[in-house]
Amino acid sequence: MGEGVLYRISGPIVVSRKTSGLKMNEEVRIGDEELIGEVIEINGEEAVIQVYEETTGIGPGANVYGTGNPISVELGPGLIGRTFDGIQRPLVVIKEEQGIFIKRGLNPKPLSRDREWEVDIHLKKDDLVVPNTIIGEVEETSLIRHRILIPPGVYGKVLEIIELPGYRVEDTICIIEDKEGERREVKLFHKWPVRKKRPFVERLPHEEILFTGQRVIDSIFPLAKGGVAAIPGGFGTGKTVTQHSLAKWADADIIIYIGCGERGNEMAQVLEEFPKLKDPGSGKSLMERTILIANTSNMPVTARESSIYTGITMAEYFRDMGYDVALMADSTSRWAEALREISGRMEEMPAEKGYPAYLGSRLAGFYERGGRVKVTEDRIGSVSVIGAVSPPGGDFSEPVTSNTKRFVRTFWVLDKELAYSRHYPAISWANSYSGYFDEIAKWWEDRDIPIRSLRIRVMEILTVETHLRQIVQLVGEGALPEKERLTLKEAELIKEGFLQQNALSTVDAYCSPEKQYRMLKMILDFGEGARDLLERGLPLFKIIELPIFSELKRMGVEIENEEIDKFDKLAERVEKEFEKLKEEYG
Amino acid sequence: MDSIYHKRHIGAQELTGPILIVEGVENVGFGELVLIEQDDINRLGRVLEVAGNRAVCQIFAGTSGIDREKVRIRFTGSPMTLPVSEEMVGRVFDGLGRPIDGCGEVIGEEERDVNGNPLNPEAREYPRENILTGISAIDGLTTLIRGQKLPIFSGAGLPHNEIAAQVVNQARISKEEDFIIIFAAMGIKADDADFFMRRFEEGGALSRLVTFINLADSPSVERLITPRCALTAAEYLAFDKGNHVLVIMTDLTNYCEALREVASAMGEVPSRKGYPGYLYSDLATLYERTGRVKGKEGSITQIPILTMPNDDITHPIPDLTGYITEGQIVLSRELHQRDIYPPIDILSSLSRLMKDGIGEGRTRKDHPDLYSQLYASYSRVQRVRSLASIIGEDELSEVDRSYLRFGEDFEGKFLNQGKTESRSIEETLNRGWEVLMNLPESELVRLSKEEIEEYRSK
Ligand SMILES: Nc1ncnc2c1ncn2[C@@H]1O[C@H](COP(=O)(O)OP(=O)(O)OP(=O)(O)O)[C@@H](O)[C@H]1O
Ligand SMILES: [Mg+2]
Repeated sequence: MGEGVLYRISGPIVVSRKTSGLKMNEEVRIGDEELIGEVIEINGEEAVIQVYEETTGIGPGANVYGTGNPISVELGPGLIGRTFDGIQRPLVVIKEEQGIFIKRGLNPKPLSRDREWEVDIHLKKDDLVVPNTIIGEVEETSLIRHRILIPPGVYGKVLEIIELPGYRVEDTICIIEDKEGERREVKLFHKWPVRKKRPFVERLPHEEILFTGQRVIDSIFPLAKGGVAAIPGGFGTGKTVTQHSLAKWADADIIIYIGCGERGNEMAQVLEEFPKLKDPGSGKSLMERTILIANTSNMPVTARESSIYTGITMAEYFRDMGYDVALMADSTSRWAEALREISGRMEEMPAEKGYPAYLGSRLAGFYERGGRVKVTEDRIGSVSVIGAVSPPGGDFSEPVTSNTKRFVRTFWVLDKELAYSRHYPAISWANSYSGYFDEIAKWWEDRDIPIRSLRIRVMEILTVETHLRQIVQLVGEGALPEKERLTLKEAELIKEGFLQQNALSTVDAYCSPEKQYRMLKMILDFGEGARDLLERGLPLFKIIELPIFSELKRMGVEIENEEIDKFDKLAERVEKEFEKLKEEYG
Repeated sequence: MDSIYHKRHIGAQELTGPILIVEGVENVGFGELVLIEQDDINRLGRVLEVAGNRAVCQIFAGTSGIDREKVRIRFTGSPMTLPVSEEMVGRVFDGLGRPIDGCGEVIGEEERDVNGNPLNPEAREYPRENILTGISAIDGLTTLIRGQKLPIFSGAGLPHNEIAAQVVNQARISKEEDFIIIFAAMGIKADDADFFMRRFEEGGALSRLVTFINLADSPSVERLITPRCALTAAEYLAFDKGNHVLVIMTDLTNYCEALREVASAMGEVPSRKGYPGYLYSDLATLYERTGRVKGKEGSITQIPILTMPNDDITHPIPDLTGYITEGQIVLSRELHQRDIYPPIDILSSLSRLMKDGIGEGRTRKDHPDLYSQLYASYSRVQRVRSLASIIGEDELSEVDRSYLRFGEDFEGKFLNQGKTESRSIEETLNRGWEVLMNLPESELVRLSKEEIEEYRSK
């Protein structure tokens, strides 16, 4: 095994000298407390190591030992429903051992070694296997059947299946004879280096929407399963609330939520809320499909840097089982800052705003691991990635935002003005975009929902409104002709009645496809009807005086997803009211 | 601190600003405390970097007066610690946690590393209980929650100290139980420190107060330790001894400047405005030492105060703070000039934890909707005002004119209150209803019909 002797220590970055046998990205242990580190640079006999724990008290002369393995995560049953830190240490175990504070020097195994799993075995002797062939299935939670896979790189045939009533993760489940004739024991779990993407057969085009139950997202700026999106926004504009909403309601099979350099209380909130919330598809507790990675802002920055790799590697693993995984990283800016801090301590030449020159390629490397792929000839899985971006001072031209923009196809821009006027979610309709709209429009059309024409109409009204608002700012609303004032009112309905969505309301938090459609149609039809009345000479104030006008703004919070027929009644009422007005004005 | 065990060294290699570099040392650890002695000089410092037999130390009181050849440097082998005990309550300490009230040393039950350790997210309990401060703008619209960190973003000359003192004096957990107040002053003027002491005394808070003071003329680098001492005491009193602790820290801007000073003396690559790239992480190690813990009685609530350079909210200090804290209370120079106290700019202020701490069984049933309505209506006021300034008030529609009346009343009757006036939550909410009654009912879209029926006459 490789080794070395510590020479220089400044914070989380240390340098060892007289090193021999250490490899790039190898996991190492330092000093008597066996702190965990990773080799990030090798220069002759000198190695730069990032240490995943507090280095206070560590001095020159401490020994460095190689483990022979790259920094890896454990993949196997027992991941779901748990919370890990940035290098996959289970936080519950740390709490049991150390109390309320996280101290260093403890390295519990990510997967429980004692727990036994019942496996429903699919293979038999002499079956041929390739990477990702399913050996058997474990009911990990009531929602997820965990498929035990032949690890990447293993091709061959089954020599023996080892039958046990219950398997612990370290138990061997089958023995494969590989192409070279070597015996390979396959256990319930395997390790995979976090910085290396898991192989697949090929990338596939996007077909299906990642349905999130968020109106402005699904109907206007949708994300595809396997798509990548970013949510940039200044502080308090709603990145975390949006990420939480997606984690709760997105129709993915598995959710991986990474709290990357953010608040402890937000993780506590997820841990309290998710077990109680029900997945709209299955009615089961949301925690039964969720994995959390909590490396809060006050935990070591080095582990923050690796947290997104830990997360995405687990995501790829569940993708390989054929699942649709959605990963949220809040916030990728904190990850980039960790990168900057580490680079600064290594005295690398900084590029823009102190970030290292490789910021862009690292970001690309992360987002590239999202996608919809063919895992084996007959299995498809996807990883959707949604990264929050926290631009300093809300300035979107800064390096993390502008680099991220290069690699994502959906960009949900959070607008400070909207957030300040409590228009939530504060997703700007003027600056956001989705590159997946065309690919997934068919998904809506299969449900008989003409999403394209609805969306075009909405965007048209909102664009005209922006223009009219500028005029109103100068001359007041009264100076506009009635028809244009109606456009302002239509835009008001779209914004307050459709785009705004209250994440805190139990009725409104999740909006079904059908409800989204009916709400949108109600609003647009109301506008059409009103336009018709205006042409007959009816004054606008008569129309917006109708109580139904303000009721349309409350459809989201008042009509449940299961009460679609209420929309028919609402539509009837609008028609009646309009008829009455027509009669009054002949 | 016993000296026999310490590794001693005579003479430094290099001195620059707060940085002292020693060569020829052995067995020195990163982050350990160093003692600097020379004639009658006694200073404390910390190892920022060790490479082989060379150690880079940060001297909290700076290196001025230090003689490169004569200075004696002792390495203590452990990080900076603070003796903690319940006897700290009622005492006054300097910026490094040494008693300065003439009442002798604190006999610590334990020595604690002032840097603390991160609270395990699995151990946290999501904060839900509100703290009523008797200030309408806060209780009604940016409700403070026990276990929250809610900073005041202020500007030079604005009454942030008044507000903080009022919160301390008026905030109560219940009739029987009271907060322990920890007050950490970093680089503030002696006048301001005296002001706080006077106000705490008037409010009867002195017996529940722990004070850590680093004044404007105290060594600036010492400020980097002051909040850490305060929070170490807070964690002990809250999570070991079961108290509810309210920490007031002022002024974080001075703290950040000290951090910048050290970073530039170390020759580090700066990020924005000369502040180091790790400013966010560093501030987080302060602000995150807040919260509630499962199965523990106590709590830590923080109200950090910072003055925004040039009133600029996008300056790195308020910006990065806002990215860590759970909301912010922003003061407005314009309201202050119009003599409205507290001059809280409601539209840019936010308490992110309030949603779970208000409403039925917590404050009052109508609170969430009332909050949302007041907020929405007041944000409309701003638009109407700017329109009125262009086309004139007379040209406004009747509805728009009602917004102007509402705006006046909101600022005059709801926001504005006396510096020692404490309003009950009932009164705050009723005043909210009262000022809303300037608007026609059709504008109250965030309130339900039932609520309007029930509360309009209050
Ligand atoms: N969809 C929503 N519905 C209701 N309230 C919302 C919504 N989105 C945001 N908010 C409000 O805005 C506050 C701030 O949102 P959030 O915490 O998501 O901001 P953020 O962008 O993550 O900020 P930071 O960068 O500081 O973490 C929330 O506490 C909540 O009060
Ligand atoms: Mg956030």
